[in-house]
Amino acid sequence: MNKKILFSFLAIALFTTVNFAQTRSLPNKEVKTLDGNNFNIRSLSNNGNPIVISFWATWCKPCKKELNNIAEVYEDWQDETGVKLVAISIDDTRSMSKVNPYVNSSDWDYEVYLDPNSDFKRAMGVSTVPHTFLLNGKNEIVWQHKGYVDGDEDELLEQIKKIAK
Amino acid sequence: MKKLISLFIISSTFFLGFSQESNLGEIHGDFNLNLQSYQDDELIGAQAADEIILNNAYLNLNYIKGNFETGLRYESYLNALADYDPEFKGNGLVYRYATYSIDGLEVTAGNYYEQLGSGLIFRSYEEKGLGIDNAMDGVRLKYNPLKGIYLKSFIGKSRTHFSYADGIFRGADGELNINDLLNLQSKTKAIIGGSFISRYQKRENLIFKIPQNVSAYASRLNIIYGNWNYYSEFAYKINDPANLLTKSKMNYASGNAFTNTITFSKKRFGFSAELHRVDNMNFKSDRDKDGKAYIINYIPTLSKPHAYSLLALYPYATQFDGEVGVQADIYLKFPKGSLLGGKYGMKLDLNYSRMNALSGNYGQSFLNDEENYTPMLLCFAQERYFQDINLEINKKINKKVKTNFIIANQAYNKDILEGKATGDYGVISSTILVADISYKIKKGHSVRIELQRLGSTQLESAKKLAEGDWSMGLLEYTISPHWFFVVQDMYNWGNEDVSKQLHYVNLNAGFIKGANRFEIGYGKKRAGIFCVGGVCKTVPSSNGFNLSVSSSF
Repeated sequence: MNKKILFSFLAIALFTTVNFAQTRSLPNKEVKTLDGNNFNIRSLSNNGNPIVISFWATWCKPCKKELNNIAEVYEDWQDETGVKLVAISIDDTRSMSKVNPYVNSSDWDYEVYLDPNSDFKRAMGVSTVPHTFLLNGKNEIVWQHKGYVDGDEDELLEQIKKIAK
Repeated sequence: MKKLISLFIISSTFFLGFSQESNLGEIHGDFNLNLQSYQDDELIGAQAADEIILNNAYLNLNYIKGNFETGLRYESYLNALADYDPEFKGNGLVYRYATYSIDGLEVTAGNYYEQLGSGLIFRSYEEKGLGIDNAMDGVRLKYNPLKGIYLKSFIGKSRTHFSYADGIFRGADGELNINDLLNLQSKTKAIIGGSFISRYQKRENLIFKIPQNVSAYASRLNIIYGNWNYYSEFAYKINDPANLLTKSKMNYASGNAFTNTITFSKKRFGFSAELHRVDNMNFKSDRDKDGKAYIINYIPTLSKPHAYSLLALYPYATQFDGEVGVQADIYLKFPKGSLLGGKYGMKLDLNYSRMNALSGNYGQSFLNDEENYTPMLLCFAQERYFQDINLEINKKINKKVKTNFIIANQAYNKDILEGKATGDYGVISSTILVADISYKIKKGHSVRIELQRLGSTQLESAKKLAEGDWSMGLLEYTISPHWFFVVQDMYNWGNEDVSKQLHYVNLNAGFIKGANRFEIGYGKKRAGIFCVGGVCKTVPSSNGFNLSVSSSF
């Protein structure tokens, strides 16, 4: 019986890929703001400018490295491309309360949301952090990258420039 | 099960029916594979696998169209990696769901993950690295009738490996955002919430009338005032004795837990402090089964999750049976141009945590879950389980060099935390130093060096068993955005047993392109405990090759 389901899904998968494979939009998922409100991720907006979504956690060294490195050049990026960075913390309730103190003390200018039970993370197919997505002005995902090593922000900036107005 | 299958087939036909229209929706997913070979290595105690190669893999597929979503996950364990529970065996479609939302109502049928409050009474989640997946199978409703009111309720069974545990769970949760509800524009914001969960499991005990319906409830409060944020939650669980026939071994006590967190932060300064107390809060999906697959709640561990290997050599996990703990963090950033900040600024993180046994009529709580047992509310005089004080300094020296230094002191009660006989190890006290320096060679090319050292002391009587001092070195070369190469060695040079003064060398290389990541490695892994949150797994020592592939689309 299980096989039947798999085949029907594969059939759909094939069918849809043939017709419309190129656009990818945001899933209908709720995250939390730092002051406890619910926020539907589809409401993200940057007035038609690109958005970077970066999944991170307070316990993840390369994630913090990425966001701290970008923080140094963020103002320049914004001036140049109008980009906005949205940092999604996947810290669960063990370390979730540290997110706000960490973000503020690090002097980050990003929009930060919490995804404590990984619902949004799962919907985006993120298995490990950091994982960075680039959205065009229509909130369609046009590029993604897993992991972070020094210098990866240069490639991200090139990708942003490609779609910036 | 059959009904669900027909539901999926009907919904599948549905999509195909829509195929003539212009918007077909989207299909996305991700794939992960972990393959490892196991060779004998008598020195470190690693055993070869009969299969030579073991493998875990899974594929997620999600179909999304507007407010409708459906998906499945296929998992394959042929056979499961040695650090996984061997009950993960074979292949299967273990996860499938359909969900839609309309006018503030979200309906889910099939599998789902859910968390009530901070998880003290209920949390269903997946943590692949630990081999945890207690996904629910049933139905769930979420409703947002008015701005500021959030309701949810669900019913279902909890996954264990490839099947579902006996208990049936019924849960409900309500949350009120007072400011949204009353349209208040105030510097003070308040959110209150309450949750309830009940497990039904048939009583089959011939002698004792153990409860068939075991309930737990929790209330929570979040107050935000300017830069201050206060969160507290209190949880209570009724008694839940195991299905035994001898009175002396039964636990009739109810359980309770509370947690309190206060944080303050402003530009370049952050502070957080937490206090929690846990007494007899082990809540399982089957009263008679043990093991992490059956745990249905989550009590956050009050210690800092460390990323450096020697800092995480002795990790703490919440003692569900009873503990009282505190944790505090201070984050500081010295701005550019200040005395300490220098040209690029400097960051400083200070963390302290400590966990003790509960005190009461009988001394340590977790041995005394009797009906008339009344531990003191807060007391840090009883046996210490764990303590960690650590300071991290992060400084960029110039355009090419970045440094990170950590000094830490930890105390780890190995006898209690690993269930050893009293006096075998006692408390292992260790001092750890970490230096992490990265150097940018040229555009895209960087090299990073990690040096770590752990010096430890323990009971005199435990000396012959003690692992003693460790050193660790790591060299990493990265070429952005595609390549990384790592060599590392952990060396247990201080082991009291000279034949165990061993090197654990690992070589890894990886290639990343966009959404695909490939990594190969070869080396020896030390037997140990690996924890995330309040849950740990024991990892056997191993020696061999590994390959991991991860991809998302």
